[in-house]
Amino acid sequence: MPEFRQIILGAVANGERIAALVGIPQDDETLHLVALIAGDFAGELRLLAAPVGDSYPSLAAECPQAAVFEREIAEQWGVVPTGHPWLKPLRYHPSYRPGRDAWQRDPTAPIAPAVGDFFRVTGGQTHEVAVGPVHAGVIEPGHFRFQCHGEEVLHLEIALGYQHRGIERALPGGPHPRTIHHMETLAGDTTIGHATAYCQALEALAGCAVPPRAQALRAIALELERLANHTGDLGALAGDIGFLPTASYCGRLRGDFLNMTALLCGNRFGRGLVRPGGVAYDMDSAILDALRSRLDATFRDVAGAVNLLWDTPSVLARFENTGALTLETAITLGLVGPAARASGRNLDVRRDYSTGAYATTAIPVALQDSGDVFARAYVRWLEIQHSADYIRQQIAQLPDGPIRAPLGPLAPDSFVVSLQEGWRGEILHLVTTDAAGRFAHYKVVDPSFHNWLGLAIAMRGQEISDFPLCNKSFNLSYCGHDL
Amino acid sequence: MRLAGWLHPILALLLSPLLPGVINRVKAFFAGRQGPPLLQPYYDLIKLLQKGAVYSGTTTWVFRAGPVVNLAVLSLVLLILPLGRVPSAVAFPGDLILLAYLLVLGRFFTVLAALDTGSSFEGMGASRELQFAVFAEPALLVGLGALARWTNASSLSGMFADLSPAFWGDSLPLLVLLASAFLVLYLTENCRIPVDDPTTHLELTMIHEVMVLDHGAVDFGFIQWAAAMKLWVLGILLVGLVLPGASGWRGLDALAGVVGLLGVAVLTGVIESIMARLRLLRVPQLLVGASVASALALLLTFR
Repeated sequence: MPEFRQIILGAVANGERIAALVGIPQDDETLHLVALIAGDFAGELRLLAAPVGDSYPSLAAECPQAAVFEREIAEQWGVVPTGHPWLKPLRYHPSYRPGRDAWQRDPTAPIAPAVGDFFRVTGGQTHEVAVGPVHAGVIEPGHFRFQCHGEEVLHLEIALGYQHRGIERALPGGPHPRTIHHMETLAGDTTIGHATAYCQALEALAGCAVPPRAQALRAIALELERLANHTGDLGALAGDIGFLPTASYCGRLRGDFLNMTALLCGNRFGRGLVRPGGVAYDMDSAILDALRSRLDATFRDVAGAVNLLWDTPSVLARFENTGALTLETAITLGLVGPAARASGRNLDVRRDYSTGAYATTAIPVALQDSGDVFARAYVRWLEIQHSADYIRQQIAQLPDGPIRAPLGPLAPDSFVVSLQEGWRGEILHLVTTDAAGRFAHYKVVDPSFHNWLGLAIAMRGQEISDFPLCNKSFNLSYCGHDL
Repeated sequence: MRLAGWLHPILALLLSPLLPGVINRVKAFFAGRQGPPLLQPYYDLIKLLQKGAVYSGTTTWVFRAGPVVNLAVLSLVLLILPLGRVPSAVAFPGDLILLAYLLVLGRFFTVLAALDTGSSFEGMGASRELQFAVFAEPALLVGLGALARWTNASSLSGMFADLSPAFWGDSLPLLVLLASAFLVLYLTENCRIPVDDPTTHLELTMIHEVMVLDHGAVDFGFIQWAAAMKLWVLGILLVGLVLPGASGWRGLDALAGVVGLLGVAVLTGVIESIMARLRLLRVPQLLVGASVASALALLLTFR
C-alpha cells in the first residue's frame, strides 16, 4: 500500500493523470484498489493494484484529483480513506458490501441525496444560495450550494446522485442481452461514445477484429455525435447571455446533425448502431451522398451562426475572463476533454490511445490556453471543424467489406481497459472477467466524473450570475456521473 | 379641454400589451421563427386574470399588495404624463418629481413583495433591482430637469408640448444626449437586454423576473400588465422627444404617440436580436453613462 501510494503521487507530480482509481473486489472479503495512471502524451497507461483493508491513508490531500474517486470507493465498498479533506457520499446509495459503511450510518434508514453537511462560509456579509435539484429549465437534477459575498461566489459545492440507477451493479454476470442498452443510456447524449467503449472492451476480450468499414462507420457516428452536441452547446451558450441569433439557429442545426445520425441507423441519438463486432447498419452510396450533401449544407449554416459569436463584442465581453481555469489547475484536478484542452492541456484519447479509424487516420487536437468560457467555446468550434473534415475524409475513403465480425466467447480471468474520446472527453470502461468468461466487475468512468470539480473551482471569485454560463461551457452529464 | 388627457390612462391600459407582442414578433423575425401571435400578451392576461391564486404561508399582505400598488401607481403616472404632444389630464409645476417618485413607489412595493417571500433568489433579485435603481434615478431626474430648463416649462405637459424637429434645430447635441439617456432608462426600467433578459429561465441571472417568481394568477396578470404599462410610460418619454410638433388635432397627435411607441418596441426587438446581455457588474457603468449624458444635457442648457 505505501508503495502504491508513492507511485501514484510520484506519477501525478510528474504530470501524469489518474484516469481511474477504483475498488475491485477479489472475493467477498478482499478488495483491491486499482489505479490507472495515464501518461497522456506518451500514450502510456499504467495499472497498479494493492489490497486494502477497512481504511488506508487518503491521497486526496496531496492529490486533489483522487478526492472524488476516494469518495466513490468509500461509498461503494465501505473503505475509509483516512485524512480525506471532505469525505462525503457521492451518489447516496447503500454500500455494495452489507455491513460495511464508511460513515457508520443506520443500515435500515433510507439515504436521501444531498442530505448532510455542506461547506459553509460564515460572517455577516456572506449568504448562501441553494439551487436545485429541481431547475427552471428542462435539465437533469443536481444540487448546487453557493457561498456568496454579495454577487461574488466564494465557494460552490455540487451534490449529485439523484440520477443514480445502479447500472454498474446490473452488469456483473454479463454481457446480458440488455447490457448494450444500459451502455447506450449511460449518458443519453453520449450513446455512440459509451457504446463504442463497451464494444471495444468486448472485442478485446474476445480477440475479435472489427472490419475496417465498421470502424469507419463508428468514427463517423462518433463525430456526428460530437458535432450535434458541440453545436447545441454553442447555441445554449449564446442563449445564456441572451444573444438571440446564434441561440436560435444552433438549436435547429443540432437537430440537423441528429437527423444525420438517424440517416445512418434510424435513431437520432445513434441507438442500435454500434454493436459488438462492428455496426448493425451499413450505408449504401445513396445514404453516403445524402450524408455528404447534408453535412456540407449544415456545416455552412453552423459556420455562419457560430462566427457571429466571435464577431460580436458584447458576446466576447461575456465569454472572455469568465470562469477561467489555469493549466496548472486543470492538471491538478485531472480534467479531461474540451474543458482540459481549453486550458491548454494537450490530451485527446483519439490521438493518445487511438483505436479503430483513429489509429489509421489522425484527427487534429483542438487547443486553447485561456481556460475561460471563450476558450471552452472556441475549442468546441475548432472541434466542429475538425469533425466535419474527418467525416468527409472517412466518407471519401470508406473501405469496402463486411460491417460486423462474429464476437466469440470472452477470455476468462482477464482485465481490459477501453478508452474512447466522447464529445465531453475521456470515456473509460474497465472490465474484469471471471473463470467462465462473464463480467466479474464493470467500472465506467464518464468524463463528467473528472470535470464536475473543475466547474466548482472555476466558479470561485466569479459573479453568481455567470454560473449558468460557466455551467453550460462545461455542460457535464448528471446521469453519466451518477450511473 | 383635458378630455384627451383623461383618455391616456385608458388608452395605455388597453393598448400597452401590444408592445411586448411587437417586441416578440421582431425577435422572432430575426431568429427565423414565426413567433407567438401579436396579441399573445392579451391572451396571457385573460388567462391569468381568470385563474385562482395560491399563496405561500410565509407571505403577508405585503406580498399581495406589490402587484396591485405597482399597477395603480403606473395608472396614476399616466394622468400626469403627456402622450407625446397631447397634454396630460393633470399638470402642475414640478410634476416631473412626482413622476420619478411614483415609479420609485412602484419599485419599492415590488421589492418588498419579493423580500416578503423569504426566498434567496428573490432577495438577490431585489438587491440587484435596488442597486440599479440607485444609478438610474439621477439619469431620469437630471434628464427631465435639463428638458424643463431648456423648454422653460415646469410641468411635463408644458415640457413636451412645444417640442418639434424645428425646436431641436439649433440644439441637436441636447436632443442626442437626452434621447440616449432615456433609451438606456427605457431598457433598464423595462428589464430588457442588455441590462436584463426577460426571456431567460435562469434564476441566478435574473433581475426583475426573479422577483416575481412566486406570484401567480391575477397577481401575475397585474405584474405582466404593469410591465407592459411601464414599456408605455418610459417609451413615451423617449418618443415625446423626437415626435413632430403638435398638429393642432388631438386625435392625430395621440396616434403619432402610439405609432412612436410601436416604433420604440420594434427598436427594442432589434437591439435584443443583435447584442448579448451585459455582465451584471457592468450594468452600473451603463447607467452612470446615462446619468452623465443627462448631466451634460443639463450643462448645455446653461450656455
